[in-house]
Amino acid sequence: MVRSSTQRGLAAMALAGALALPAAAETVAIVGATVHPVSGPRLDNATVVISDGRVAAVGVGARVPAGARVIDGAGKVVTPGLLDSFTRLGVVEIGAVAGTRDYATQDDRITAAFNVVDAINPFSSLLAVTRVEGITRAVVAPAPGASLISGQGALIDLGAEPAPDLAGMVHKNPVAMFAVLGESGAQKAGGARGAAILRLKEALEDARDFAANRRAWQTGDRRDYALSRLDLEALLPVVEGEVPLAIHVDRAADILATLRLAREYDVILVLLGAADGWMVAEQIAAEAVPVVVNPMQNLPTFDNLGATLENAARLHRAGVTVAFASFDAHNARNLKQAAGNAVAYGMPWEEALRAMTATPAKLWGIADRYGRLQVGMDADLVVWSGDPFEPLTSVEHVFVEGREVPMRTRQTELLERYRTLDEALPPAYRN
Amino acid sequence: MMRWLGLPLALIGSVGCATGGAAPPAAGPEAAAAAEAEDEVAPYPSTYRPLPSQPTLIRNATVMTAAGPTLEGASVLLQDGRIVAVGTGLAAPAGAVVVDATGKWVTPGLIDTHSHLGVYSAPGSEALSDGNEATQPNTAEVWAEHSVWPQDPQFPLALAGGVTTMQILPGSANLFGGRSVTLKNVPRRTVQAMKFPGAPYGLKMACGENPKRVYGSRNQFPSTRMGNFAGYRKAWIDAVEYRDKWRRWREGDRDAEKMPKRDLELETLAGVLDGDILLHQHCYRADEMAYVLDMAAEFGYRVSSFHHGVEAYKVRDLLAAHEVCANLWADWWGFKIEAYDGISENIALVEEAGGCAIVHSDSAEGIQRLNQEAAKSLRAGIAAGIAVDRDDAIRWITANPARALGILDHTGTLEPGKMADLVIWSGDPFSVYSKPDQVYVDGAVAFDRFDPARQPKTDFELGLPAKEVAW
Repeated sequence: MVRSSTQRGLAAMALAGALALPAAAETVAIVGATVHPVSGPRLDNATVVISDGRVAAVGVGARVPAGARVIDGAGKVVTPGLLDSFTRLGVVEIGAVAGTRDYATQDDRITAAFNVVDAINPFSSLLAVTRVEGITRAVVAPAPGASLISGQGALIDLGAEPAPDLAGMVHKNPVAMFAVLGESGAQKAGGARGAAILRLKEALEDARDFAANRRAWQTGDRRDYALSRLDLEALLPVVEGEVPLAIHVDRAADILATLRLAREYDVILVLLGAADGWMVAEQIAAEAVPVVVNPMQNLPTFDNLGATLENAARLHRAGVTVAFASFDAHNARNLKQAAGNAVAYGMPWEEALRAMTATPAKLWGIADRYGRLQVGMDADLVVWSGDPFEPLTSVEHVFVEGREVPMRTRQTELLERYRTLDEALPPAYRN
Repeated sequence: MMRWLGLPLALIGSVGCATGGAAPPAAGPEAAAAAEAEDEVAPYPSTYRPLPSQPTLIRNATVMTAAGPTLEGASVLLQDGRIVAVGTGLAAPAGAVVVDATGKWVTPGLIDTHSHLGVYSAPGSEALSDGNEATQPNTAEVWAEHSVWPQDPQFPLALAGGVTTMQILPGSANLFGGRSVTLKNVPRRTVQAMKFPGAPYGLKMACGENPKRVYGSRNQFPSTRMGNFAGYRKAWIDAVEYRDKWRRWREGDRDAEKMPKRDLELETLAGVLDGDILLHQHCYRADEMAYVLDMAAEFGYRVSSFHHGVEAYKVRDLLAAHEVCANLWADWWGFKIEAYDGISENIALVEEAGGCAIVHSDSAEGIQRLNQEAAKSLRAGIAAGIAVDRDDAIRWITANPARALGILDHTGTLEPGKMADLVIWSGDPFSVYSKPDQVYVDGAVAFDRFDPARQPKTDFELGLPAKEVAW
């Protein structure tokens, strides 16, 4: 039988994944490190013990259990594993190859119902590339296709052993319903921002009506809805306040319109992007709506003429809850660099760390397990050679749910293969 | 009056000095008169004038010269737009401005070899999309400078990131994308007033996926990599013939009646054959780079540098042997198949092999943080045990790009006699927390983080919400 190129491709990815199987959970003590538990102030010369996948102890002079593997933390920095609040990890392998992209659909009968989880590829090479850089959890979000309602995203665990059934990988699904307003929304709604708002209101109204009159609708005794049955069902947890509605919107006026919409329909709102957010920071703070920003977004467009590197700092200062995201896939690993730039432009260092740990843990509803180095929490932690935001700092150990992940990726395989160009045997015969 | 005698000849007069060791031509009236007398004035000449400057002594800094080891507690003396001296124990001449740079770092002004500022300007609309003349695969006749919008608000953002010189390139839709232009990053009303005096032109060519996708999707030629190469070779055959035709005419009786007709497309290619125009080839894959080098040998020209080169590490020996610069990203990968094998050690491996490694941006965001991109590459190299250090890393964003653009004799290092293009950083330039406090171009303060009067603002930015303030 001749295997198709697709099959060969999958086999290659499976191999790459298999090379990166995490070690089993063990008892490990990191001793003498500078620890940023996020749950409290920095601890110097502290010990972190992890056992059975959980944080077992954190503190100066914490006892090292007998038989624990000891990692010398002298001169090292320990933080929780980082969480990127908006990525396409697992739903794209190669950006320009359509067959590897699964984050958007042009089917206008599948909008809110679309869920990225159905396509996440646990063998994607991007997962290991991202986690060896200290990012252990990520929101995988859909992109707008036919509709301004993109669909449902999931929160994944980057340390899980790759398994075709995603076992252990999906931490929360759905983590949010995603949509766009502003310029992107307008493009999906006939070309005007006002129409985009109306379309979103219509969807929420239909979902509410559907929730209250489902039986009548099924027997044909209720009005038609603009959305398909699948989409209405997917929106139920949003209108019922169980799943947040995460809306990407940048312009200040559009942010205010979005805040009004969320209040009117009583949905849990998360603002994404919000490049002009600092201009309406007090209003955002007053509504207690969290904001997910890319701190490096500062190029002006007509959708965000106020974009500035100081956005994160200004939002924080106004009392807004701020989380960071790369809005990327292949280079989601640069989230730390984004955090460093936020600090360079006014964000307090501890708050920048919080924006990639405890804050997104809370806003995505997983704070019971992840986000702080506290006894009983999932042992997601990273041992850094120094300040995690500095580009010269290396990642030395990454633990996800107590398992140390190997520092191997498809890219380290390439490096090994080409580390020397000795032609005695061509590279294809190496590793 | 200026008469036109054909570009291949004119270029020899206008840019030859930039590839040699001489200073750039004085841009004064005498120079113009001399050039006119020789009938060898290139069109659209640089009208660049440095901003007004004062003699300046920057003292007690950590100075990375990009031409030697880092100097502690050192000073840099600037006068008349030039670097006069670098070292310890320098005295300020009478009347000089003395800048106390204690605790700060000084590097050469950063140089980005791969930028589309001005040809893909913010605020990013179709109306400002001027970087790809994607209407036929060979548009060697277009010049990027004719697309550049000097009011692109991304120029001052790059300046605030320490970038003093940029090569603006056409895009990669075409086999031959057109001529590049090298600009000084100073805000001016016209492009000519930004043009780096004496810098050679570049020609942008593109390998691989982009041209074959753009034209293949229209069912036009080329739709394959072999089509790409056929397209290049046909054009070089025409260019050789054109070059020879002009050569025969110039070396003959120069009968005006028999003067060959100018061809804009072939003029640029002939400029590459003559060595006056530097070839910058967008190429990701190792195997394609090897073929491009063979093609250069076939037609007798030099490849100055590869751009993007995510697989440069696989042929770093070949690149070093051919003395071809590699303009690379710190960590971009995977956005298309030819970028799938990108590794963060690429730049360090090229350096270790004795090559000319460059961190380029190809991005209006990345150009603001070339120092951080270099730092990431340095870290990846050190972590992998590759023999690279901080003094190498500063050259990736200063001296090496200057070399690739043919302007190393004028800028790119802190050495006496060079243009006083430099950055005073708030701290270690490889720290994410450091920012350019002052950026000097030709000895003048072009940007000062603490002085709003020295923070240029394009016309486009007038009336917009307030942006960064000094932290």
